[in-house]
This record gives sequence, C-alpha cells and structure tokens, in this order.
Amino acid sequence: MLSRRNPQLNAHGELIHLLSIEGLPRAVLTQILDTAGTFLSVNDRDVKKVPLLRGKSVFNLFFENSTRTRTTFEIAAKRLSADVINLDINKSSTAKGESLLDTIANLSAMHADMFVVRHSESGAPYLIAQHCAPHVHVVNAGDGRHAHPTQGLLDMYTIRHFKKDFTGLTVAIVGDIVHSRVARSDIHALTTLGVPEIRAVGPKTLVPGDLAQMGVRVCHDMAEGIRGADVIIMLRLQNERMSGAMLPSAGEFSKSYGLTPEKLALAKPDAIVMHPGPINRGVEIASSVADGSHSVILPQVTFGIAVRMAVMSTIAGNQA
Amino acid sequence: MTLTLDAEALYADLRAGVRSLLPKDAVLVGIWSGGAWLAERLQRDLGLPGSHGVISSTLHRDDFSSRGLAGSDATSLPFGIDGRHIVLVDDVLYTGRTIRAVVNELFDFGRPASVTLAVLVDRGGRELPVAAAYAAARISLPAGQKLTLARADDGRFSFAVKEPA
Repeated sequence: MLSRRNPQLNAHGELIHLLSIEGLPRAVLTQILDTAGTFLSVNDRDVKKVPLLRGKSVFNLFFENSTRTRTTFEIAAKRLSADVINLDINKSSTAKGESLLDTIANLSAMHADMFVVRHSESGAPYLIAQHCAPHVHVVNAGDGRHAHPTQGLLDMYTIRHFKKDFTGLTVAIVGDIVHSRVARSDIHALTTLGVPEIRAVGPKTLVPGDLAQMGVRVCHDMAEGIRGADVIIMLRLQNERMSGAMLPSAGEFSKSYGLTPEKLALAKPDAIVMHPGPINRGVEIASSVADGSHSVILPQVTFGIAVRMAVMSTIAGNQA
Repeated sequence: MTLTLDAEALYADLRAGVRSLLPKDAVLVGIWSGGAWLAERLQRDLGLPGSHGVISSTLHRDDFSSRGLAGSDATSLPFGIDGRHIVLVDDVLYTGRTIRAVVNELFDFGRPASVTLAVLVDRGGRELPVAAAYAAARISLPAGQKLTLARADDGRFSFAVKEPA
C-alpha cells in the first residue's frame, strides 16, 4: 500500500512514483542523477537501446498539450525498450465526459505498467497513483502550477554537469515564478541538494511573497538578482497571461527582466544560462544570449532524455 | 564452516592462466566490480599496452524487476571491440547469469572476434550453459552462501564469505 508519509516512496524508502521533488531525500535525487549519467553514455553505443523495460507498456497521458515533453518521454521509454502508447486525451474520452479515474481503470485493463501524466489540475497524478494497481507506476509530467519533477531533475543534472558541486552556488530563477511549476520543482531540488543561495527574480505580480519562507531570496530588481550568479534559469513568459492584469506588456517585462548580454555581464564570467523551453526570443531572453556561449539550453534537452530514462527505470525496478 | 581461500595465491595462478590463454592483440575486460579490480591489476602485471575495459551487467540483468538498479556502476570500454579478441575477467563464476548479461552488454558496442572467460573462483551451481576457459580454483559452496572479492587499500585481494541470513 502507499505510505502515508510520502506516496512516492515504498516502505523501504525507494521511489515507486515520481509525483513531486518536494519531500524526496537527497539520496534519492542523487541516485537518479547518477543513473542518468549511465544512460547518457548509451548514446555512444552501436545499439542505443537497453532492455530494462522490455515487455512493459508506458502510457503517455497528456491531458494538456506538450509536444516536446511528450516526445522526450517517448524517446526515453523507447530507449528502455518499452512499448509506448500516446493518448491525446483532449480529443478522446474526457471530451465525451468520462471521468479521470474511469479513464485510468480502462487503460489499466489494457495492462498498462506506467502512466506518464500531464494535467492542468494540480494533484491529478497523485489521484491516479492512489487509485492504480500496486504494480503500476506514475510519473508526473507537469500538473497545474504544482510540480514538474522531471524538468527539475534535468535542471539539476545540467547544473551538476557544468558546475560539479551544488554547495557553493548562487542560482537565480527569473521571470513568471508564480505560474511556474518548473520554478517550484527547481527550488525544492536546489534546496535539497544544498544550494546556499537561491534567488527568485521578477516583478511583484509574478513572484509569490511566501517564497522567503522557503529560504529563497526575492529580488524585484534584475541587476540585484543576477549579480554574481553561477546559474541563471530563465522561465518562459506565458503569452496567454500577457494580456491579464499581472503584466503591463511583454515589452515592459522584457525591458526590466529580459536577459540581454549587458545584464548577463553582471553574473559570474562562467555563469550558465538555462531555460526549460520553448523560448520566446526577444521577450525573456535575447537571441544572442540564447545562442551564446553561456547558454546550455540544448544540452538540457539531451540530458532530459537520460534523466527520464533514469526516472522510469528506477521506479519500474522498485516494488510497491 | 571456515573457508580458506588465499585470494593472492589464486591471483598468481590466474595471472599465469590468463597469460597462457591470451590471444595476440586481445583486450581485457573486467566485470564490475571485483572483475574490474582483477583486470586492472592483470593489465599492469602482464605489461599490456593501453588500459583495460570495465563492463557492468546492470542494464541487461534478468532480475531487474525484483532488484532494480543497483548502483552507479557503468560500462567503460576505452577501445573499439569490433573484430577484437575479448578476455572477460571476473572474481566468482556462479549461476552464469551475470555472464549472459555482460555478453549482451558487450554486443551493444559491436561484434568481437571472440569472447573468453577467466575467473578466480568457479563455485559451481550453473543455471546457464556458461563455462570459464580458465578458473584458478573450483570449489563447491552451499547455495545461500555469498562469496565476494574484497580489495584492501594497499591493493591486496581477499575473499569475504557471507553466510545465509
């Protein structure tokens, strides 16, 4: 049965679902990052596939669209030799009125072994994890504003790859933090891995005030926020919210918080610039920065596949 | 039961055995972790050029669903294996399942000309049609008992025996 303390862990403290980075011990995060390193080297082989999930079925359940994330999960599952079934839920059963749990019950009857779930409602993957059969594993691929744990882990992998050690770093997360499940997952992961200074940078309307309680330094001034930073994580300014009352305009935001070469010069000379994608060139990040020598945006994508392979093989190897 | 296995004496036998069966231009590949220590020392003691390879069974194990991912052991082959004669080295040969997994792992990197196996101890109990071309000792142990090689800080080998729980 699911443990009362943390539904992601079994009685031995092993990961059986990945729902959120919050509450996961450092050892679990580190093990996933180490395993991802092993999988990264699989790309150098003649045969770029390992049989760990051979005979298992992974169902990609995307109640909210995301071509990139779905594709990276699909590639990761296929490299592990799983059968992958992609379901575009928006266009199918839920549109006909089927409830989430009925959908899950039906897919379980098709012998699903793993669900990769993206949903606009926070907590949907938890609900599925609580109601699926004990042998079924759930990965949260982004739920509402709550969490995007595999993005958080791939960001940690990227930071560790370029900076080696977390314990002396200053990390600035810039932009629309209030709506960002990526920011939330990153903050939990960075805290757990021992990063001493985490800054949340953005306008008052887009940076929640309670972040200070999580040990995060809130900066409404961009220069103050990125000065001396080792890592800058830019977030996508979500166009759909541009017209709301939260922001005067994209141009205004860009002027104050867009990452330009001039602002980047305030960070450490060897700072890395990250972005979960898709990027809005000229809005939150200047093209010359996105394509420049500090940018590690494309390595993030490559690492993302290895990290998702690590997550899927880790949970599949642990019993409820 | 007390088991007296002098790992250092067996290593000397293994070194002589590997020297005699080593084809020309062969490469040594040690199975993580005990076999990797042996291959590292053999590479040096036999004066072979370059460095040895290390291979892990993790990604091809047949007990993955019950055992999960064990550790951070990873395959590292600092040479191409196509057309090469490969000598696999391991500390203990038992069921043969590890060997099956590492042979599959090896073939993910290419097509070797031949693969042979040299071990410190063959403890019987095979569950697959696997045999070592050289074993420094052949012994018989109760099924539950676990025999593993240990390496001290000064590089000397010893055997550790764990009784069934």
